[in-house]
Amino acid sequence: MLLVPCPWCGPRPEVEFRYGGEAHIVRPADPEAVTDEEWGEFLYARTNPKGAHAERWYHLHGCGRFFNALRDTVSDRFTASYEIGAPRPDGAEKS
Amino acid sequence: MSGSFRTAEGGRVERARAIEFRFDRRSFRGLAGDTLASALLANGVHLVGRSFKYHRPRGIVAAGTEEPNALVTLIRDRTRRTPNLRASGIELYEGLVAESQNRWPSLRFDFGALAGLAAPVLPAGFYYKTFMWPGFAWRRLYEPAIRAMAGLGRAPSEPDPDRYLNRFAHCDVLVVGGGPAGIAAALAAEESGARVILCDEQAEFGGSLLADTESRIDGRPAWEWLAGSVASLARSPRVRVLPRTTAFGYFLDNMVALAERVTDHLANPDPVLPRERLWQVRAKEVVLASGAIERPLVFPANDRPGVMLADAARTYLVRYGVKTGTRAVVATVHDAGYAAALALHQAGVAVAAIADGRREVRGELAEAARRAGIAVRGASGVAGTRGRQRIEAAEIRGLGAATAETVGCDLLLMCGGFTPSVHLFSQARGRLRFDVLLDAFVPETAPERVRAAGACRGAFGVAPVVEDGFTAGEEAARGALGHLRAARRPVVEAQEFGTGEAPGADLGEGRGRGKAFVDFQNDVTAADLSLATREGFRSIEHVKRYTTTGMATDQGKTANPNALGLVAGMLGKPVPEVGLTTFRMPYTPVSFGTLAGPARGELFDPVRTTPMHGWAAAQGASFEDVGQWKRARYFAQGGEDMAGAVARECRAVRNACGIFDGSTLGKIEVLGPDAAEFLDRMYVNSLRRLKPGRCRYGVLLREDGFVFDDGVIGRLAGDRFHVTTTTGNAAGVLAMMEDYRQTEWRDLKVWLTSVGEQWAVIAVQGPKAREAIAPLVEGIDLAAGRFPHMSAAEAKVSGVPARIFRVSFTGELGFEINVPADYGRAIWERVWEAGRRHGMTAYGTEAMHVLRAEKGYIVIGQEADGTAGPDDLGLGWVIGRPKGDFVGKRSLGRAEMVRADRRQLVGLLTEDPARGLEEGAGVVAGAGRGPQAEILGHVSSAYFSPTLGRSIALAMVKGGRARMGERLFVAVGDQNVAVNVTLPVFHDPEGKRLHG
Repeated sequence: MLLVPCPWCGPRPEVEFRYGGEAHIVRPADPEAVTDEEWGEFLYARTNPKGAHAERWYHLHGCGRFFNALRDTVSDRFTASYEIGAPRPDGAEKS
Repeated sequence: MSGSFRTAEGGRVERARAIEFRFDRRSFRGLAGDTLASALLANGVHLVGRSFKYHRPRGIVAAGTEEPNALVTLIRDRTRRTPNLRASGIELYEGLVAESQNRWPSLRFDFGALAGLAAPVLPAGFYYKTFMWPGFAWRRLYEPAIRAMAGLGRAPSEPDPDRYLNRFAHCDVLVVGGGPAGIAAALAAEESGARVILCDEQAEFGGSLLADTESRIDGRPAWEWLAGSVASLARSPRVRVLPRTTAFGYFLDNMVALAERVTDHLANPDPVLPRERLWQVRAKEVVLASGAIERPLVFPANDRPGVMLADAARTYLVRYGVKTGTRAVVATVHDAGYAAALALHQAGVAVAAIADGRREVRGELAEAARRAGIAVRGASGVAGTRGRQRIEAAEIRGLGAATAETVGCDLLLMCGGFTPSVHLFSQARGRLRFDVLLDAFVPETAPERVRAAGACRGAFGVAPVVEDGFTAGEEAARGALGHLRAARRPVVEAQEFGTGEAPGADLGEGRGRGKAFVDFQNDVTAADLSLATREGFRSIEHVKRYTTTGMATDQGKTANPNALGLVAGMLGKPVPEVGLTTFRMPYTPVSFGTLAGPARGELFDPVRTTPMHGWAAAQGASFEDVGQWKRARYFAQGGEDMAGAVARECRAVRNACGIFDGSTLGKIEVLGPDAAEFLDRMYVNSLRRLKPGRCRYGVLLREDGFVFDDGVIGRLAGDRFHVTTTTGNAAGVLAMMEDYRQTEWRDLKVWLTSVGEQWAVIAVQGPKAREAIAPLVEGIDLAAGRFPHMSAAEAKVSGVPARIFRVSFTGELGFEINVPADYGRAIWERVWEAGRRHGMTAYGTEAMHVLRAEKGYIVIGQEADGTAGPDDLGLGWVIGRPKGDFVGKRSLGRAEMVRADRRQLVGLLTEDPARGLEEGAGVVAGAGRGPQAEILGHVSSAYFSPTLGRSIALAMVKGGRARMGERLFVAVGDQNVAVNVTLPVFHDPEGKRLHG
């Protein structure tokens, strides 16, 4: 069972969390201004990388906070966790 | 005497403590410290089971958990029968009763052995080839017959009466395996200051040291050092020692699952104790000291009782004081075979010959064997065996020789080298490396913080194993603690035999007459593997499945290395290229009881009840499960059936008033200066403009535009909202709101609190609802003009603070009274008493569903099934205009969401009013049936309406709103029933009654 590094509570077992999907998916500031295609990208397109993946976690049965984490999808290792709104710590543009 | 094959002295058994036990209804005597296997062998019993497929007589092969043959059923009483236990792992206790398996009527005279005569038609994959026609026969004829013939023990049929517990534990260093490497690792880690858990599957710690009377460690005999070391570990406050505990699974981030058998070894277990305990250990570092498994040799008829592993025979002799025969032949490709031969020779067992499969015979052990007068045949193997239920002779043949020499014996020992037990390392996603000298895979690197030590890493001999274990323990402690406190390294003096190398093992595909078994447990022969490769199977994973080698409870502990070697030879590829099959957990079988723990019966899943549950139960309510909730479904009175009760409850609501428990609804308090702005962005409704004291029917979309949830949103003050959700989505809606609050609109000042369990909800619905509750309500005037439909207020009910909403899910005048949960039942009873004189009737969820369907009100999960947008459900009117952005708004304009032929909510009336429809049934255009009929939609709700006296249904139908009055058909059973498409409101379409 994964240990998920909550920035506020420290490493806690996976069962306390809810996975929140890929991080840094920006909701268009004015949805009416984007095309159907761009909105579709926002809704459905995800990167699914092999390697470092920035993703959201919700510490549902803990502090109740959302945060972002970097996890290597090959080794299933977390390399960082950080607050919502902070940039990706590995400097990558997109996950 | 505890059996005629017991030595006069020696071993770790307690000679003064005899133990009576029964095997297949015969009484035997063993000693304390025996396993069932050693006690049977001490009594000269080798035949202990019949094989899986061919029902061949089988004997004990091994001394540990790798035993493939000796599976027995242990019987304590009628409800406590445990099948498929390995006799070598069962500790003897007074009065133990065991039975052999897979034989009828008895082990010696087994009817199923006739299958052995039919063996030529039972090759690998015979199920797939032979039992193909006719089609029905597989299920009705072949499968039941095959299952009855082939198999292991019978599963118990009674509920398990025992208790099982679950524990979590943390440590710096978990050491798996308590042999010399594990003990040394635990000592090193403990002395370094680490918190240690040490577990071993056996009753006694020591592993291979338990069969070692020669070595000296720290100047003491091995057993003395072992006892002292285990005692000092057990005394340490930093160490937990767990005997009889198998590490069976390795999970992410160093979580290891252990199964501890607490009482199975006791004659009269204390009922206070659990039978087994599951440990979920989270370790900073793990040391795997899981040892190695001796490899059998593959030669014709290598499965007769009396053929066993050489080191196992040595273990039975040294540890248990049991001679496994009187005259032995040893076949080996490894020096350990000589060590076994010499040990047996010294104990008085005649060793007739040693057949060494290696081309050159050299070394001290071979010399010692020759000096002892044992005939050593180099470059020789076994070409066949004789005997029926016990071996009588072995045929020894030189490599390339035409004729064989027949040597009489009642024991044939085989040693094909040792295979490191890398199961857990592999489960930890560790990479393995093939070591050519050892002819085995050994651990290399793993992503987890785990290290292998000792024989499971390919080390061989006591001194190297202790050294390796100690180093691993030190390194693990340093890894866990970040520093190292010096520990004292044990000094080993041991007479080592060999290096572990097993080169040139000629497996030979079992040339000669008779079946050469590779997998004893699954009855797979070398010929089966050969057939599979000839038929084109190349992947070792496919060969495994086709031939069943390495499957079932055994997981190929003794079979896999030989199977791999044979398949590699047949394919002409080196072993590493053929690869390994996956090492699956559990390492050894784990009972369902251990995995389930206390989560059985009432504790399987939490049950949630409302504050009024006891009242409803006392009124004879029938309950239904809604998630974890128990909800009153209907209140049958005086012999009514469900339909009768629901009809009476519905009529009461329409004609007088009903009372309904709505406490399971989710409730979220939304508070803060930006509460209105926040909800305005979440829900489709205009909530910024909602006035305090008013409420609204709210619809919540997902970002993709589909309806996710609905409920009532009441504004109690400028900065305070009371939001209700559906019962099932209570947690999901809060999570979704938190998501947007924390990640999208972090500037908004708003707080969300779940208050679902804080408020009990009493819904009172019907034309008499106002009269019923008015006498109890203080602080507000309920008159229609003063407290109209969709009003919200804080007030008191019978002196208790309450939130009252004038809302309706029935189409009638209605109120929902929220009171603090602790007052829920008291206020419910007051309302009930006050309402009786107005004809108040309690109604359940079934009537609630009928009433709402009569009004065309949707239900999340039925009409809104995750693929319907608000317009599809006729909820376009709910969307606030003009209004800014809200969740899902942009998606509503996507081309797919505005297609005219989307499925839309309609009503369906059957032409025959008595004819009911079924939820989920397809809606089609014609009376024809078959795959060509286009499905236009599906029935989402179907009820008999007591108000209308006929069946009604709601459906989602393609372009439904343009089909009013159309005649369509719904499949019911094998008929298509004619229906007319109508508006989805069947009762009071103008909504006058709401405003009464």
